[in-house]
Amino acid sequence: MKRFIGFVKKEFHHIFRDPRTMLILFGMPIAQILIFGYVVSNEINDVKIGVYDKSKDHITKEITNKITASGFFILSDNLDSDKEIEDAFKKGIIREVIVFEQNFAQKLEREGSASIQIIADASDANTANIVANYTESIINSYMREELWAEGLTYQINPEVRMLYNDELKGVYMFVPGTMALILMLVSAMMTSISIAREKEMGTMEVLLVSPLKPLPIVIGKVIPYMVLSFINAIIIIALSFFVFEMPIQGSLIFLLTETLLFIFMALSLGILISTASNSQMVAMFISMFALMLPTMLLSGFIFPIENMPKLLQWVSAIMPAKYFITIIKNIMIKGSGIGVIWKETLIIAGMTLFFLMMSVKKFKVRLE
Amino acid sequence: MSNAQGHIVSVKGLKKTYDSVEAVKGIDFSVSKDELFGLIGPDGAGKTTIFRILTTLMFPTEGSANIMDLNVVSDYKKIRNHLGYMPQRFSLYQDLTVEENLEFFARIFGTTIEENYSLIKDIYVQIEPFKTRKAGKLSGGMKQKLALSCALIHSPEILILDEPTTGVDAVSRKEFWEMLIRLKEKGITILVSTPYMDEANLCGRVALIQNGEIMSIDTPQKIIENFGRKLWAIKSDNIYQLIQDLKTDNRIHTVFPFGEYLHITVKPGYDDLKGLAPELNRMGHSGVKIQEIEANIEDCFMELMQ
Repeated sequence: MKRFIGFVKKEFHHIFRDPRTMLILFGMPIAQILIFGYVVSNEINDVKIGVYDKSKDHITKEITNKITASGFFILSDNLDSDKEIEDAFKKGIIREVIVFEQNFAQKLEREGSASIQIIADASDANTANIVANYTESIINSYMREELWAEGLTYQINPEVRMLYNDELKGVYMFVPGTMALILMLVSAMMTSISIAREKEMGTMEVLLVSPLKPLPIVIGKVIPYMVLSFINAIIIIALSFFVFEMPIQGSLIFLLTETLLFIFMALSLGILISTASNSQMVAMFISMFALMLPTMLLSGFIFPIENMPKLLQWVSAIMPAKYFITIIKNIMIKGSGIGVIWKETLIIAGMTLFFLMMSVKKFKVRLE
Repeated sequence: MSNAQGHIVSVKGLKKTYDSVEAVKGIDFSVSKDELFGLIGPDGAGKTTIFRILTTLMFPTEGSANIMDLNVVSDYKKIRNHLGYMPQRFSLYQDLTVEENLEFFARIFGTTIEENYSLIKDIYVQIEPFKTRKAGKLSGGMKQKLALSCALIHSPEILILDEPTTGVDAVSRKEFWEMLIRLKEKGITILVSTPYMDEANLCGRVALIQNGEIMSIDTPQKIIENFGRKLWAIKSDNIYQLIQDLKTDNRIHTVFPFGEYLHITVKPGYDDLKGLAPELNRMGHSGVKIQEIEANIEDCFMELMQ
């Protein structure tokens, strides 16, 4: 056991002393998640909107003023028919149309509630979401501050409609996708490189001629990366939760457990890659081409799997990331439990076992 | 621990083939306990291959090798406990400090620096002032001292060193050999390989190896005694011309450049070289000097290569 601890300690030294490793381990995930998050920025300014006021009473005017006075929106079009909405969006200048229903003020006074329809151009899913949220909150604050303050318990119901992409795929895709990508990269690439480095530097030769057995060598290599990847996963989840407001509907513990399983799978894959490569260069190229590109392109992260040709759909079936993304989406967005995603979990577990067995079989206790 | 003849290492008919290249062509040798055994030969002679087979890192193609009566193929796990191995290339962690390297190797062999400090003390005190320096930043000689310390930290019975002095300065080489001799006196069996012929004299016994074959195994003194010919050192002001002239002279057996001199041997019956100097002068050479000398290991090596 002391031998083993010594080995793990050494491995941590390697990681913490190499600025490049540290950068890949911690700089990259944070940068990636922030870039993915902010490229689809959540700051909005001077967004051009259209208003289709079917009522044209004092309350709808007040609300419209309130919205345009907020600084976030500029009223660019006053629309007069449903058809114009479509046309206005097609021109691509406005991102949102606010529709007040007929007899808005009357309804509000008589029935106590009235509806506002918020239609957003969701071809840019993230912006659409933000724009709609801003509008909603301005309407809500108007309701609270102006109406309720005067003792009028009216209810205004904003109804949000997303045009062109009503599932808002982009927003919720990037977190699971990035997470799969980063964990795959960090775990598999870093482990395979670190084992290949021992071979390249000749230190493997010395390690082999020691009583240290292959299994402790491999596990000793893997543990630090397991710990660091797990920390990474937590950072990603925290960032997406606090910065990008990605919901976590399901159990956090369950989410972390599934993440740990995926990390373990990636690590076993990393070990397998390292058994096939004698230099860091080779290990890196295999990891890049065999893992990173397919994970990005074929896992459903960037391109929906349903739209792929049949052949690529089959290829995507062997992408571990595909299953992980499904698992994450189910837990975070839908709040599913093991009952829904047991199949995916089982597949990843099976892959882990397969990679591990292959690695143990292929690990060389000699130089040839 | 050793077999009936007291051999701690015994190699029989060892062959190793890489693809179609025969790197080791069936060699036999044995090493007794507490011996300092040298494998002397040029680059590509097969020294590293032999050591890698002995350290259980490679399979022999044919033949067998035993260390302390353990077979290098079937008992490799047991053998690895008794070996201290220093590969040809500097094989420590360059990003760990001197102390961390030593501590790591102590740990993986299940021991501590303190436990075996007496064994490495002589060597380690020389690098101890730099113990917080990263191993990658040490000089060549210091790297070798650290590597030796790491190979010794678990108090191995056999130490196998693959060209430990290659690329190390003359002073450090000398120090390094003094350390090896001291270790031998402490009861460690040492196998060392080197391309430097002058280092052969420091070994108890040497095997001269060339192209995967052992040409001779004996003590350095015996090998020199067995040279069996007279040897002359000769020089003139135009050494290149001298080589050409001597090579075409049919009395001369071999001519090898050796520093500023040429070492020559003659064919039987021409042992008297008194007439050679005036002859060379007549051929236009100036500053000719001839003297009979004792052969050294390199002369023997060259002779054996013929």
